[in-house]
Amino acid sequence: MKATGAELIMRLLERQGIAIVAGIPGGASLPLYDALRASTIRHVLARHEQGAAFIAHGMARATGTPAVCFGTSGPGATNLLTGIADAKLDSIPLIAVTGQVPRGMIGTDAFQEVDTYGLTVPITKHNYMARSAGELLEIVPDAFRIATSGRPGPVVIDVPKDVQTETVEFVRLPEPGRPDPPPAADPADIARAAALLNAAERPVLLVGAGIIASGAAPVLCRLAERAGIPVAATLLGLGVLPDAHPLFLGMVGMHAARSTNLVLEECDLLIGLGIRFDDRATGKASEFCPRARILHIDIDPSELGKIKQPTLGLVADVGEALHDLLPLVIPNDRRAWRSRVSALRATHPLVTPGADDPCEPYGIVRHTAALAGPDAIVTSDVGQHQMWAAQAFPFSRPRQWLTSGGLGTMGFGLPAAIGAALALPDRRVVCFTGDGSLLMNVQELATLAEEELDVKIVLLNNAHLGLVRQQQELFYGGRYHASRFHAEPDFAAIARGFGIVAHDLGETAEPHAVLARALGEPGPCLVNVPITRDANVYPMVPPGAPNREMIDGASHAS
Amino acid sequence: MQAEQTVLRLIVRNHPGVMSHLCGLFARRGFNVEGILCVPLEEGACSAVLLLVADDRRNAQIVAQLRKLEDVIEVHPDPGARRTFDAVARYVQPAAPG
Repeated sequence: MKATGAELIMRLLERQGIAIVAGIPGGASLPLYDALRASTIRHVLARHEQGAAFIAHGMARATGTPAVCFGTSGPGATNLLTGIADAKLDSIPLIAVTGQVPRGMIGTDAFQEVDTYGLTVPITKHNYMARSAGELLEIVPDAFRIATSGRPGPVVIDVPKDVQTETVEFVRLPEPGRPDPPPAADPADIARAAALLNAAERPVLLVGAGIIASGAAPVLCRLAERAGIPVAATLLGLGVLPDAHPLFLGMVGMHAARSTNLVLEECDLLIGLGIRFDDRATGKASEFCPRARILHIDIDPSELGKIKQPTLGLVADVGEALHDLLPLVIPNDRRAWRSRVSALRATHPLVTPGADDPCEPYGIVRHTAALAGPDAIVTSDVGQHQMWAAQAFPFSRPRQWLTSGGLGTMGFGLPAAIGAALALPDRRVVCFTGDGSLLMNVQELATLAEEELDVKIVLLNNAHLGLVRQQQELFYGGRYHASRFHAEPDFAAIARGFGIVAHDLGETAEPHAVLARALGEPGPCLVNVPITRDANVYPMVPPGAPNREMIDGASHAS
Repeated sequence: MQAEQTVLRLIVRNHPGVMSHLCGLFARRGFNVEGILCVPLEEGACSAVLLLVADDRRNAQIVAQLRKLEDVIEVHPDPGARRTFDAVARYVQPAAPG
């Protein structure tokens, strides 16, 4: 068999089950695009490569399967970097294929040349520069194996233009890259873990993205119910248990409900499953769960002991470990502890002022949730709106909530929503965003209009970089600077300019009705929701403080 | 050579990007590498790398992070290799005057 490097890439991507690629063509990737044109793979043309990378995020995060984005050399590659770094921090199986200048021109400061390989070393799980078309036979399947094995992560394949056009002969196409089998937990360790759990009097399960990556939400639920153990979640663990489940405590950490952090103060066994003890979740790490022993199960051995030294650490696929653990867990309704937890929750509930008003932050989140329904996928950007959505949206299942956690990238929400809608066209997608965040990848409104996807953009508009303003108020003596957008663009007009239907809850006496109409009509639309400009997200743990030191609205009101 | 140093011996794949991966890992994790020796092994498909590092409580994390690199095939402590660094250090010292 014979093929050019570009043709080979397309056939190997097809064999990996890739149906959609997001990208922008350029000089150094024209051969790749020529082969793509003849392929069965559908191309979605973004308007900035960062948009293309986040579209791939949306596809990967919504489905749990690897997603591919393309960029050309030079600025195409540098524009992908933010999305690649985001995938590294949130462990997303993203594969970026970048064009590169011809081999003979590498290192000469050629037109649109950058050291893509060097630039992506720190932000990928692994990367490649294909030095011949023949190398692609190994590289592409290996890239998929690496991206999906163990802890998922991004892989970059940099392909010089003359490698794309070089012809290679081969006997057969390689097998598609598949995930390596995960490490199996030692049965002795599983027995020790069961013993720790059974002996605990005030245990808490803290679940994160690793549970979702492992598909372990159902077994986690069975374990929690059997052993009577309350469950808290990191930002990326939201949806593991339905919000309404009696054992679910909500999100932990910087913007947790007061009771959630207080429960962790009192717990005597913290069972961390698929989490990495990120500082937003732990607060001051040395004072996180001060009375607790720690059981930590994660597929990445380098996470055990990185932040907190566990009493017992297991390296395993967390779902498999929980399946092994479940039969050893003694049924226990833990009445005393559950009763203490209920008392804390009753005394210190999450306070959600304005939850009835669709023009208030909690109100727009709750009303959107009710109208969008439990099958909707929800993406967000970064900032106050993200935290209000995390606190108040009633998530019901894994992969419903797509948000940039580790890197916290403004500009994530709209392209991620596009990707989710492309991957799961039968589902409605809602994107909560802010006026700061939306502008960062606003050009993708053109992509949204072109693809005609069912994405509803709900814009919490306060004419500010809200969380920056909040921090300046709370921790910098109200010395506001560079956190106010003095120019206040008309976002409804902008959306219409891109060919997207727009509604404005600030321009109507019937916001409920307008919101219902906007969310009920098929197709893309933007809903501008002007909100209070000086609202703060509460509670808040000051950066660097222990989680028990929460500031809330009542104590802060002057 | 200070007393609190030790050597890690790595077997790595031999291709142009591997040193970038090793040095980049140390830089971004804030690990301090005092010395590096790298030589290709027979056949040229792999190289051996000796890393002179501080022998402290971060070692376990360093080794865990190195093992995650796709191009790293093996990592082992090799404290005896310090004499190899001593020999190289003697070799590169400027000649004594007079």
